[in-house]
Amino acid sequence: MASLPTLQEPPVPRGAGGKLRFDPTYGLLAPATLFLLLVFVYPFVYGFVLSFQPNQGSWTSNYATFFSSPRLWPTILTTFKIAMPATLINLGVAVPLAFRLRVKSKYQKWTTAILVVPITLGTVLIADGMLTYFGPKGWLQLVLQSLHIVTADDPIRLTHNYIGVVLSLIVSGFPFVFLLVLSYITGIDPVLARAAATLGANPQQQFRHVYLPLLSPGLAMAFCLAFVQAFSVFPSAVLLGAPSGPTRVISIAAYEAAFEQYDYSMASCAAMIMGFVQLVVVSAALGLRSLFYRGPVVSGKG
Amino acid sequence: MHNEFDELRLVGVTRRFATGASGQMAALNDLSLVVRRGEFIALLGPSGCGKSTALNCIAGLLPLSSGSIWLDKTRIDVYPPEKRGFGMVFQNYALFPHMTVRKNVGFGLLMRRVPRDELRTRVEHALQLVQLEGQGDKLPGQLSGGQQQRVAIARAIVVEPPLVLMDEPLSNLDAKLRIETRAEIRRIHRELGRTTIYVTHDQDEALSLADRIVVLREGVVQQVASPHEVYTQPANLHVARFMGYRNVIDFEATRGPDAGSVSLRREGMSLAGTARQPLPADGRVRAAIRPDDFAVADGQSPNTVTGVVDNVEYGGRESLVDVSVTGAVRLHVRTSLPVALGDRLRVSVPPERVLVYVGD
Repeated sequence: MASLPTLQEPPVPRGAGGKLRFDPTYGLLAPATLFLLLVFVYPFVYGFVLSFQPNQGSWTSNYATFFSSPRLWPTILTTFKIAMPATLINLGVAVPLAFRLRVKSKYQKWTTAILVVPITLGTVLIADGMLTYFGPKGWLQLVLQSLHIVTADDPIRLTHNYIGVVLSLIVSGFPFVFLLVLSYITGIDPVLARAAATLGANPQQQFRHVYLPLLSPGLAMAFCLAFVQAFSVFPSAVLLGAPSGPTRVISIAAYEAAFEQYDYSMASCAAMIMGFVQLVVVSAALGLRSLFYRGPVVSGKG
Repeated sequence: MHNEFDELRLVGVTRRFATGASGQMAALNDLSLVVRRGEFIALLGPSGCGKSTALNCIAGLLPLSSGSIWLDKTRIDVYPPEKRGFGMVFQNYALFPHMTVRKNVGFGLLMRRVPRDELRTRVEHALQLVQLEGQGDKLPGQLSGGQQQRVAIARAIVVEPPLVLMDEPLSNLDAKLRIETRAEIRRIHRELGRTTIYVTHDQDEALSLADRIVVLREGVVQQVASPHEVYTQPANLHVARFMGYRNVIDFEATRGPDAGSVSLRREGMSLAGTARQPLPADGRVRAAIRPDDFAVADGQSPNTVTGVVDNVEYGGRESLVDVSVTGAVRLHVRTSLPVALGDRLRVSVPPERVLVYVGD
């Protein structure tokens, strides 16, 4: 019997004497590796180690302090209470809007452009605009007062509190989420929805049975990115919130430790805890993602 | 929507698209057609002829610009696609990539709230019909193109729609699979007798599948006839060209001795033919002849042309031979006889196979 041809591994480059030779194309990775090592890995490891070198007490005393002090550990919950609603509202608004704007029309370009504008504004600029617009003498108050919905003595308070911070996170985070979701939605072959329609699915059912399942992995991804961004809120929590009370987020705790008490070790500890919480949420979201179909979202051969 | 009907009527169905600033182009112009229950209709034409537009209008995926569509006494063009309940098979299959084969096939039944047990048996039955038993738990991405298209067919017919619409369902398959799946579609139509409208640009598909063929060109119906009639008696020169009448030759025509017969004359050749359209006053016509209607002439054959062989394409059982005749005419002739380059060849053609049309 003739021997069957066998699949062969592509040859590994070998030098004289059969030694593995270094593939010079790996050199292209050097700049990125160096960059990551210098600006991410080293500071992270430095902070991690620093958080276990408290000014006094045992090596875990920073963490013990953090989780026992009523000034510190509630900041985790506070940050959660701000970041989670902002992220979910952004997703909840972005999905239907992106769904509506998925087909090319003459409005698509302009609407998309307008929705995306806030991404070009910094958080401080947004905070400043919101302070003026929502403030006691802002347009919103004046319009509401002239309509006799609120009175000047009892204005509706949208700044310097919890709502202000959430609103600013929605304004600054929405374009980001919207663009992500839009790109996921437009990647889904519209012929699938048409096929569902001919099979008797009304637009809601088309969305529920075709778009949503194909979109879920993308939504999980968008959620992660938006949540991480919102969880690290700092400027708007200070400028638009009540940084001593209801919006005392974890980054404020870290800032105070570092720049008011000059306790860099404690600040690192807060930063590490913040990173850990983000990691837990992101892992959970990505874990959920693996429950969904994650193949190509077009039908048939490409 | 009811599942049975006697006829589907298209009345002046027109679909216009805006082109540029103010212009409009009719992708489909004034299509009127009556489809009877159980018929297999092929919409045939080159790309851009409006055949897919027609199908999408019937399915409800495109709104009509004017005209109406009726299922017996019900006007259906006012309904969205999900209310019409027609089964549709798409060119790129359009299977839901995140659902198993079984879920894909059962989707239409799920939307119709068919009870679970009945749904399961009907899905299994449909998978059997397209010979995909045992593949029900796979995802579409794990199937070959031919299998995917069969899933798409099962998905369309499992809901027992009054009308099955197929949009070039074979064009993504390779040649061998195309012929197999074509036979499959024919068999399924024979077994179920579902009224089918089938869009294709392939004349072989249309001829082999359809009971009637609708030939379209630039949105306008050219001919509605049986495959045999479209093949042997094209209504005009466009249809003739599309149906493989490769020889189209200018002639001066005079009325022949019999009704419909025409005497054709030009430099270097004269033939007797049959008029398919009224002759124009100036007598300038074009004659269309299929390569396989020519036969190599023996001594006494009438209606002959003589020329020199200047190209031979060997094709196994038959060869396609180009015969150059004086006056810059080159005939395409199909013959099973051995022919060599440079041979003088005399070919004959029956007068009823020389179809005379007004030029375009």
